[in-house]
Amino acid sequence: MHELSVAHAVVSTVIGALPSPDTRVLQVRLRIGELSGLVPQALEFAYDVAAQGTPLADAALVIERSPIVVDCPTCGRQELASARDFRCPACSVPCGNVVGGKELEIIDITLDDVLVGGGVA
Amino acid sequence: MSTRIVDLRKGILEKNDLLAQSLRAQFARADVRVSNWVSSPGSGKTALLESLLTAAISRGTAAAALVGDCATDNDARRLERSGAPVRQIVTESMCHLEADMIAEYLDGWRLADLDLLVIENVGNLVCPTAYDLGEDTRVALLSVTEGEDKPAKYPQLFHSADVVVITKTDIATAVEWDRDAALAAIRAVNPAAPIVETSSRTGDGVLELLDLLLTPSSITSSPQLQEAP
Repeated sequence: MHELSVAHAVVSTVIGALPSPDTRVLQVRLRIGELSGLVPQALEFAYDVAAQGTPLADAALVIERSPIVVDCPTCGRQELASARDFRCPACSVPCGNVVGGKELEIIDITLDDVLVGGGVA
Repeated sequence: MSTRIVDLRKGILEKNDLLAQSLRAQFARADVRVSNWVSSPGSGKTALLESLLTAAISRGTAAAALVGDCATDNDARRLERSGAPVRQIVTESMCHLEADMIAEYLDGWRLADLDLLVIENVGNLVCPTAYDLGEDTRVALLSVTEGEDKPAKYPQLFHSADVVVITKTDIATAVEWDRDAALAAIRAVNPAAPIVETSSRTGDGVLELLDLLLTPSSITSSPQLQEAP
């Protein structure tokens, strides 16, 4: 259950990126890879707790999952169906060279522009 | 109501990752090999670490350990018997170690005097996976009592390992350990990592593991730094 630590990191990173402390955040969009070890439902629950009393209190959390992608020496980039089998889905060669799926990223935030100060960040 | 979208493209654990990178640079400058041991509670991490530290000290390898647990300093007191410097990180309720804890607990140690630093993470197969501690080798451990399919159940961790260690092999027969099934399960999620079979009771595999951890490598087991293009 490290989702609460991750949720706190999301909240503090977003607060650090706000143009002013009273800016209201309407939405936070995250990209969470299938290999990140995070459970989206647990993160949503933890986020509600972590956002309380902050400019993110009313902000919706949108989580986009990104698939595991390996780079197969023969077949190039291939998406894996699950983390339980690291073989190229095309040629079945064991393939540990992961090029996607580990993401733990804040993509963007949507701000209430009224309080942003005329749109000047 | 007018709204504005601000692109952040920021790693959620960026603060941890940046600190881990600076630790990794510090370890490289001091020429000390650092490994991060992750497993479930009761897999025999501490017993194996005690054997490994004892073997290291007795052959003149300067080894030290940081051990993480939610409570008590039992492990540190146990490991001190090896003669190696050991510090306990008590995480209270936290389920994993983070880079800032490593930085804090290294304070006062001369890294340049060390050959090997082992960080024993909190027993947990999920949460430590996401946190880079600046190690050059991540070690995932699996005991023969745990079931051969553990790597399939916790693929993220076993995938992220640079070395996979099997522990308690001295009781493998008694618990009807299916070695081939276990090796296949490890290989399915991690095709390349060396697999070391150990017993802290008989000492099997301990020196092999020690040599592996001391081998300079270009491996960086940083889970966050490898960005998708």
